[in-house]
Formats: sequence, structure tokens, C-alpha cells
Amino acid sequence: MSKILLHGTEAICEGAIRNGCRAFFGYPITPQNEVPEYMSVKMPQIGGVFVQAESEVAAINMVYGAAGAGVRAMTSSSSPGVSLKQEGISYIACARIPCVVVNIMRAGPGLGGILPAQGDYFQATKGGGHGDYHLIVLAPCSVQEACDLTYRAFDLSDKYRVPAMILADGMIGQLMEPVELPPMRNLSEIPEKEWATSGHYGKDRRILNSLIIKPEELEPHVNELQKTYDAIYAAERRFEEYRTEDAEIVLTAYGTVARIVKSAVNELRRQGIKAGCIRPITLYPFPDDAYAKCASRACTKAFLSVELSLGQMIEDVRLAVNGKAPVYFYGRTGGNVPDESEIIAAAKDALHKAEAAR
Amino acid sequence: MIRILLAGQGGQGVLSAGRFLAESGLHEGKEVSYLPAYGPEMRGGTANCSVIISQEEIASPLCNVPDVLIAMNAPSFHKFAPRVKSGGIIIVNGSISDSYAGRDDVKVYDVPMNDLAMEAGDIRSANMIALGVLVAATSAVQEKSIVNCLHEKFVGKPHVCEVNEAAFRAGMSQAAKG
Repeated sequence: MSKILLHGTEAICEGAIRNGCRAFFGYPITPQNEVPEYMSVKMPQIGGVFVQAESEVAAINMVYGAAGAGVRAMTSSSSPGVSLKQEGISYIACARIPCVVVNIMRAGPGLGGILPAQGDYFQATKGGGHGDYHLIVLAPCSVQEACDLTYRAFDLSDKYRVPAMILADGMIGQLMEPVELPPMRNLSEIPEKEWATSGHYGKDRRILNSLIIKPEELEPHVNELQKTYDAIYAAERRFEEYRTEDAEIVLTAYGTVARIVKSAVNELRRQGIKAGCIRPITLYPFPDDAYAKCASRACTKAFLSVELSLGQMIEDVRLAVNGKAPVYFYGRTGGNVPDESEIIAAAKDALHKAEAAR
Repeated sequence: MIRILLAGQGGQGVLSAGRFLAESGLHEGKEVSYLPAYGPEMRGGTANCSVIISQEEIASPLCNVPDVLIAMNAPSFHKFAPRVKSGGIIIVNGSISDSYAGRDDVKVYDVPMNDLAMEAGDIRSANMIALGVLVAATSAVQEKSIVNCLHEKFVGKPHVCEVNEAAFRAGMSQAAKG
């Protein structure tokens, strides 16, 4: 099949539609307005539902309802809008309803700015709403991956009955690249949901609820959720690594930043510095094994986490490295994106500090 | 790999020229990326986009140091000219901008894009003049790829297609003059 040129936002929509998404609920916010725009055209054409809700809160609760009835449903927003959705996401996680939430991150905190950022890592991976829960969090670094990971998010979410999030920065939303689209999946191929409140029709009564008021019932329910997260951790960690085998400095980043880091690694190598990088594809579950493997090598002197934040993913990197090597940080915020030269300078600095500390 | 930064005033067709370029690269089976700068811009404000065309996988999609700058007005010329890679190329719209880059390590094509576009039939085809110069000066993509893209894009508007193609070819001959 031939490739076509698509925006990241359009690729996300196609990934969703081609894996059976038939309900989209959203509310406009830059830089992801192309998602609802695209869905508003496509959904009616394929017998799906598109609603521009009156607010982000309404949109996520519409997802709760539609996904609870067994439909593959999605909502999309950007940072401040995703904050508004957190109550609904926590309810959906408790009720064990699969769905996909897209966050095209912009600069925060507050209403912030509209340019790319990665300041929502904590919110996405540590449970942005209340209570003990997690989302499956996937971080695309290209337009192709924006499509592929959204496609996969629906299967993962259904499989574990855990809501999934696509966590992308503003650049992914606006970037255009060639994409090979997966074939349109026939809805009849998608496994039936035996818990969905899809009408009585002689079936046993089914209830989806996030109010479990008796402590002797809530604790086992939460434990059951945790078992699911453990299973996800065991089976679904994904990452990409590049030239880490003999690396003295291992850089790490996710999303578009990881591509700038990859360019920086190539340049560092040209300058004779043994650099490599790790790009987590799943942010939850975090691919800690990739870091542990590098940390156990004698050649690895230091790690450097590069983020569009003040340092969020670095906490998971430090846990994974577990004190075996120093972990340094370089970040930009406010919608600014570092260029290769900044990252190269930070990597040299980190290596220098690590060697001095030895 | 070639990194091209296209900049100008909103409405000059900077973004669509960038997309034509990316589409043309894709048709040639190359790796391409197109990144429009988006920001709190208003109508009449500035617009720019980065296009990368490469035989290999494109790592960073950013164009902080472009090989080629297409500047369609004076403010974008002055803003981005210092960033162009040493040995690179600047194609500037001489109709509405001066062409003094303040450096002699780049080749500057001073092209009266608006005037040439009006000669071709429509001032709105100034962006195609710029692409014509680019293709002749760099072979970033082939001439026929751009022409094919134009035919595809304006399939229902033969006159628009004709004007744009004329503008594109005028740009190519202008580049030959240096």
C-alpha cells in the first residue's frame, strides 16, 4: 500500500477509525482542533457518532456512556482540557471501561501557552485523577506512530479493560509525514464485550459502576485493578533503543523530542563521543528494563533525560537506573523546543560531571 | 538531506508551497517531513514552515539551521537570514524586500516574485515562482514532481493550474539567470 501525507492529528483519527472507533466526543482547544474537525467529517460517513460537547467534562462522560455500552469511543483534548477530564477518567478507570483519551500537550501550567510541551507526564502516568488507578499511556514520536499507537490503544484498552491515553506533544499534532494506513477493520472482528451494558435482550443483568461504598467490596475491587496493572507491566512495556551497546552516555526522551535526541546522538558519535538513546514508547507501563540493562553495563557512565518539562520522566528513569549511574536532566518549557546543539552541550556536560564524580 | 525553511506573510502561500514540496518528495519515494510553525498568529501575521526531504529516515523534524531559506517578505528575510547554514541558499522576494543578508557565505537569489507572478497571470502564484527557483537551484525535488502535484491539486481548475505552472517555470528560468 502506498503512503500518503497526513497531519499527526489526522493520523490519530485514522488509527482510531480503522480499529473500530465509532464514537467521538470532544471540545475544541489548540493544538488539537484538527482531531474533532476530522472526526466531525468522518464519523457520519461511517455510521459513527460525533458530538461537540458543551465542555470537556461532558465529553469524557459521554465517552463513559458510549464505551460502557460497548462502543469503541474516544475523546481528545490538550493539557488544560485534559485536566478537566480527570474526574471522568478516574470514574471510567474504576468502572473498568475501555476507551481512548488523546492529549496533545501544550505548555502549562494553567491555561499556559499553545506551543508543544511535555508537562503532563506526571498527570498521565501517575493517575491524574483521584484514587489508585493507572492508564495505559502511549507516546508516539512520528505521524506513522501516531496512527499505529492509536490503533493499538483500542486493542490494549479492550484487552485489559483499562482506559488508554495517547500522550503526544503539540509538534506531533501539526507535523505532516508520510503514513501507511492500516486496513479498515471489520467491526465483526472485534471481540464481543461480555460486560457491556448494551441492552437486556434476554442477557443477564450487567452493571457498570464506580461507586463501591462498602469497604469489604472496594478493597478487593482495587486489588483486582492492581492485578491488571501488574499484568500490563509484565506484558506491555515497549521502547526503542539506539546505539546503547557501547554508550558512555545514554540519552532518553519520548515523543518528538526523542527524534531531536537521536539527531544529537548521531552528531555526538561523529565527534567521537559514545552516545546512545532510549525512547520509551509506553510511558505506563514504563520500560524500566531498558534502563536497568544499560545501567548494568560497565561502559555506561551517565544518563541524561531530555524533556519539554522541568523534569518529570526523569523520576522513572532514576527508579529504573536505581543508583547505578548518575541521571542528569535537560529540559525546556513554555513551548520552546531544544535544538540539537543544546542537547549535545547538555550531554557533554553530563558526561563531564559524571567523570569528575568518579 | 535538504532542510528548507519557507517564510512569509500569512496569505502568500508559504504553507501550501511547503506542502507541495513535501508531496513532491513523497511522490519520489523519499522521506519527507513538513512542520508548520503554529503560534498565536493573527491574520496578516507571519507564517513559516520547515520541510525536510531526505533519502534516509528523518530524525529531528526541526529546521533551526536550514540549508535553504525561502523568504517571501522583508521581515522573514531579516529574521531568518542569519540562521541559514554557511554555504546555503537564500531565495528572497525582491519585489517587496531588500536582499542584503549581511553575510557573504550564502548564495542569495534576489527574485521579484510578485512581479513575475503577475506576469504569469496571478500574484497569488508568487509561491510557485519561489519553488521554481528552489528546484532549479537545488534539485531538492524534480521539476516533473512539482508539475504533477500541481495537476493533481488543481484537477478541476485548469486555468489556475496553468497559471501556477507558468509561474513555476518562470521561477526556474529566473534561477538560471543567477
